[in-house]
Amino acid sequence: MSEQAIGAPKPHVTHEAHHEELGFWRKYVFSTDHKVIGIQYAVTGLLFLLFGFCLMMLMRWQLAYPGVPLPLIGGLLGEARMPGGTMLPEFYNELGAMHGTIMVFLGVVPLAVGGFGNFVLPLQIGAPDMAFPKINMVSYWCLFLGGITMLGSFFVPGGAAQSGWTSYTPLAVIAGTGQTWWLIGMIFLITSSLLGALNFITTTIQLRAKGLTFMRFPFFCWAQFVTAFLLLLAFPPLEAAGVMQLMDRVAGTSFFLPSGLVVSGQPLTNAGGGNTLLWQHLFWFLAHPEVYVLILPGMGIVAEIIANNTRKPLWGYRSMVYSLVFLGFMSFIVWAHHMFMTGMGTAMAAFFQTTTMIISIPSVVILTALIISLWGGSIRFNTPMLFAVAFLPMFGIGGLTGLPLGLNIADIPLHDTYYVIAHFHYVVAPGTIFALMAGIYYWYPKATGRRMNETLGKIHFWGSFVCMNVVFMPMFIIGLAGVSRRLFDAGTAYTFAQPTMHWNEVSSWGAWTLALFQLPFIFNFFWSIRKGETVGENPWQATTIEWSAPSPPPHGNFVHAPQAYRGPYEYSVPGAGKDFVPQYEA
Amino acid sequence: MASDHATDMTSDHAVDIDKHVRVYITVFVALMVLTIVTVAVSRYHFPVPVAVTVALIVATIKGSLVACYFMHLISEKKLIYAVLALTVAFFAVLLALPVLTYSDGYWIR
Amino acid sequence: MDIPYTVEVRRDTGLTNGKIGIWLFLASEVMLFGALFASYILIRVGAPSWPRGDTILDVPLATFNTIVLISSSVTMVMAWASLMRRRFGTFRIYMGGTVLLGLVFLVVKYFEYGHHLELGEYPSTNNFLAIYYTLTGLHMLHVFGGMVVNAYFWGPGAKLWKTNPVWFTNRVEHSGLFWHFVDLVWIFLFPTLYLL
Repeated sequence: MSEQAIGAPKPHVTHEAHHEELGFWRKYVFSTDHKVIGIQYAVTGLLFLLFGFCLMMLMRWQLAYPGVPLPLIGGLLGEARMPGGTMLPEFYNELGAMHGTIMVFLGVVPLAVGGFGNFVLPLQIGAPDMAFPKINMVSYWCLFLGGITMLGSFFVPGGAAQSGWTSYTPLAVIAGTGQTWWLIGMIFLITSSLLGALNFITTTIQLRAKGLTFMRFPFFCWAQFVTAFLLLLAFPPLEAAGVMQLMDRVAGTSFFLPSGLVVSGQPLTNAGGGNTLLWQHLFWFLAHPEVYVLILPGMGIVAEIIANNTRKPLWGYRSMVYSLVFLGFMSFIVWAHHMFMTGMGTAMAAFFQTTTMIISIPSVVILTALIISLWGGSIRFNTPMLFAVAFLPMFGIGGLTGLPLGLNIADIPLHDTYYVIAHFHYVVAPGTIFALMAGIYYWYPKATGRRMNETLGKIHFWGSFVCMNVVFMPMFIIGLAGVSRRLFDAGTAYTFAQPTMHWNEVSSWGAWTLALFQLPFIFNFFWSIRKGETVGENPWQATTIEWSAPSPPPHGNFVHAPQAYRGPYEYSVPGAGKDFVPQYEA
Repeated sequence: MASDHATDMTSDHAVDIDKHVRVYITVFVALMVLTIVTVAVSRYHFPVPVAVTVALIVATIKGSLVACYFMHLISEKKLIYAVLALTVAFFAVLLALPVLTYSDGYWIR
Repeated sequence: MDIPYTVEVRRDTGLTNGKIGIWLFLASEVMLFGALFASYILIRVGAPSWPRGDTILDVPLATFNTIVLISSSVTMVMAWASLMRRRFGTFRIYMGGTVLLGLVFLVVKYFEYGHHLELGEYPSTNNFLAIYYTLTGLHMLHVFGGMVVNAYFWGPGAKLWKTNPVWFTNRVEHSGLFWHFVDLVWIFLFPTLYLL
């Protein structure tokens, strides 16, 4: 895909005559322009989402038809992984661990935060760029190196990481070389996020336009702002844990290795005395806030699109903002609800259960406010709006099904079953990913100067919406029946699982059909670059500042520094000439 | 002269810097003394809870001196205080909760 | 295209971008070292026995290193103060001193580690040594990183003083904040590992 057509900085309209024209590499590859970096992040994220999806589609064959050779592709993956086209358990584990890792850290976060955050945030606050453009560029290349490391790990002896995206010790410590690569890859990815986070926070505070007070921010800006704090403060403990696991694997330490461990009949020679739960504490200290990193940008995107397509202000903006901040804070003190099954005592279980129940409140407030925002609106059902509206019930299902998991008693039968998989996929897949799709269709005109095709968009939407539910709804059933996750044979070895096993086939066909419905999107994305209907600055008649810049914006974004004169959602203002009064118009 | 000192300190003239320098020297001496103190106290081999408490108190005083005076935290802006307060809160959570969970006991042996 | 508030402060926050940026970075470092301290606590509490620091580690040497690092913090802040007083020559001396003291710290650590390794005390030997090497090792990497930045500002980076003295002063201040933080971590590391 030619980067030249997307967000290519046109000959700048700013006043500096001494600014020399940059060569190809500085302009499109090692650019410090937030729009180019945003697109780099977004495209990287989308490619990894596709790759992670492909890994899952392979797994879904094994889950639907355990032990059956995979036609066509099975032979291509080699005897080491799929002898005779049938999947080895080790390979299944590799696919599982890397699917999770790639989707979370290389797919969703780069797209939601690196892509949307970088491209939209400076434009939406009226800034010429991020506060630290060079650090911004470095953060992308750290992500890139992390991605290469993760991809490269598939080719090392023993294959990629196989101990789940959670890399629990002691299994991960004794695992093959791929796990070391995973740890190194994570260090690159964490560095990328840390650098990005401090850039976002500084930019939001310092570079906002005149008149743009915090309570006049579009909700998207608030979402990215809180997300950045989560990344900044929650990631470092995982980095420390990663270093310690590396030490255990490479330097023979026993941070996470208990005494007396016996592997395949041989006692381990490590000194022992370590605490294997320490890894879980440090991992989940990050990974719980991480799930809010996954959802918050999506909520921000949905909020923007709903306000725009209902031609009404958001209902309960203030409550939404306070909820967002409260949610961000609470997200740091709920993590051990992922550890209820480690046998913790009743006092701490009660503590974490309580904080987890409390954190559901702000989520519900935000979702409810978004739903109420639809009431009485003049709704335009364009593709971004379809995805944004579908997000609401999908996130609702995902969120509500999380409640039993947060109660320590109810979690006992549900922990590590397909119920958990269904819960979090509802939040991330028809949740966040729908929000991200909405965002792509919404901001594509700003980035390229052209609209994406609506018909293809609607096919993409309806197909995806149906298929997502076909894939994930049955997993609640399987999970409630007690079938564990991460089982290579999908649970067919267990008698109690037999009544629900047919659902695996349903989910698999849902997944493969879902893949087919992404084709119109992929085609549309590239085709529209050249053939999409051209647009001006504000094709959606929106109110936020990014719509005052040219489409695509030049280097420096704005000809004159914009100013905010009012709130972000002045739609259908009584007495106004048109049904929206932009934030940036005097 | 003052106008081209457009730096972070709100009212820094050469005179203020002199005052700051005097503070730096004082803090340096205090830090040296406290270092000697903490090493000397450790020689008594107090029981662990006592030793930890004393060591932490001394370290906190030393750390506060470095933070307040060398890092100018004593005269920083509210925004920085807010960020650091948030960080300290989460730092405390990170330090306390895992060990509390450990001490609460396990019903799985 | 110029990014505003790189050199001059924004009126409502009273801060430059760089000042906020470095404090945010330090906040993340607090969490990084915090995780290691939390690990130390959990592992020590769960261990059947734990050696007292001075039975394995060299307290006099580490005390010397503590004094070295604290002194380097003083020279660092004096380097910045010299720039505030527009005394570039003095800045050079103090900044050079900071880099040198950092180097002394690293050399001492090199001998300290070397001695332990000679005695067969590896990270893998027991958890006390594991956490000792990891904590001091990560700290050492930060000392090294800080030294590289400080050396840059002492040397090639000092060109900026001629073209934009205020920006240069600010950048030295931010580098100083990182350096003081590294000192601060050591102030807690030293008693934790060596004296308790």
